[in-house]
This record gives sequence, structure tokens and C-alpha cells, in this order.
Amino acid sequence: MFGVEVSQLFFYLLSFIMIVSAIYVVSLRNIFHCALFLVLCLFSVAGIYILLEAEFLAAVQVLIYVGAVSILMIFAIMLTSRLANKKIIQSNDNVTVAIFVCAGFLLTSLGSFGYSVWKVVDSPLPENNTLTIGKILMTDFVLPFEVVSIVLLAAMIGAIVLARREKI
Amino acid sequence: MMLQYLALAAILFAIGIFGVLTRRNAIGILMSLELMFNAVNINLVTFNKFIVPDNLTGQIFAIFVIVIAAAEAVVGLAIVLLLYRNWQGIDIGNINIMKW
Repeated sequence: MFGVEVSQLFFYLLSFIMIVSAIYVVSLRNIFHCALFLVLCLFSVAGIYILLEAEFLAAVQVLIYVGAVSILMIFAIMLTSRLANKKIIQSNDNVTVAIFVCAGFLLTSLGSFGYSVWKVVDSPLPENNTLTIGKILMTDFVLPFEVVSIVLLAAMIGAIVLARREKI
Repeated sequence: MMLQYLALAAILFAIGIFGVLTRRNAIGILMSLELMFNAVNINLVTFNKFIVPDNLTGQIFAIFVIVIAAAEAVVGLAIVLLLYRNWQGIDIGNINIMKW
């Protein structure tokens, strides 16, 4: 699609946006601004999918995450917390421990896959992404597809039962 | 190029872990969980492109992860609304009825 240098440039741009907005998501005081930065972060993940030649997944990402999940988050924030009060402390007292845990995770994972040998295959992905995904979903993965639809139905019924006002 | 994608996913996952460990707000924890799901999805799509490009199994798995994440967000936010109704706040530190 692009040349190698252009896609590298886009990769670094997208990952910079993604990491900065993810840090804002976990560190800002105002939870509403956190949700807006979450939208930005999910958009840049969709851009990363485009760079990885997964166009259908990028569309699904924008539709489901940006369009549904983050709007749901914003709804819940507006229904629950008092946005005007900036004095609410949003982080608890184990920030230092969390920094150590994150540093340990990063060091082990980066070190382990830096030293492991991957058998990188240099052949192109199937030509028509969406068509191939649809065919696989309806042939090889038809049982997980149906099971996951039942999971979605159960989640929907569970959310309705949990959130309704009268006693069960 | 593959290692850069993997490193990006690892950094995103670490930021998500940090958010889950340090947030006091239940919705903040849910948002950090979404970050971690996205890191896992980037990993799956990267391995699909660079290791097994013949079939699209990694992308199928990423779709399933997205579906499960949507279900988790729906149920989690319903629980958050219920907590807010019964405790007048969603501070995780105050909600300890399952401690013994």
C-alpha cells in the first residue's frame, strides 16, 4: 500500500499518539478527560491495524470500541461521578508498587522476545481481507461464532437485570 | 518490524496494568482493562501478519476478543451503576462487603 519508509513514519506517529494518550488515560484526575483520551488511543490502535493490513478489524475497532464502548463509558461517567469536583483523588496509595510491577513486566517481556527466535514468513496476507474473514467465520469457526453470540445475549440480559430499578 | 509492534503492545499492556493497579475509580479500572485488551489484539494481529500469513486465524481471535471485551464492558458498567445506586459512590476502597 505505502512504501516502507512512509509506513514506518506512520507507525512511529501512531505509536507516539497511542502511548501518550494511554498515559493520560491512566493518570489524569478528571475521569471525563480520561474517557476522551481513551477514544484517541483506540483510534490510533485502528490505525495500527490498517498498517498491519487488517482493514476489517480496523473498521470493527472504530465501530465497536470508538462508537460503542467508549460512548458507554462516557454515559456511565455522566450518570455516576461528580465531574466538577477536581479534588477527588483518583489514584490509591500503591503507585510506587505499580510502577515497579510495570517496569518488571516491560523488562521481562521486552528482554524475552528480544532474545527469542521468530520464524518470520515473508508471504502476503490473503487478498480480500473481509471476504476471507467471513468465509473462515462461517466454516472453520462457526461453533465459536455461535457460542460468542450466546455470550453476548447473556451479557445483554445480565446488564438489563442488574441495572433495573425494582427488586428482583 | 515485528519486534517494534510487539514492543508497542507490551508498552500499552504495561500502561494498562499501571491503571488497573492505581485507579480508585471503578470506571477508570474498566478503561485500563480496555487498554490491555487492545494490547493483546495488536499482538494477535502482529503474529498473524508476520508468522502465519496464510490464514487469518489471528484476526478471527482478535474479533472474538473484541466481542468478549464488549460484553465485559456492558456487565461491568451495569455493576458500576448498581454500586453507585447502593453506595452513593464508585470508590473501590469503600466497597468491601466481600471481605471477611
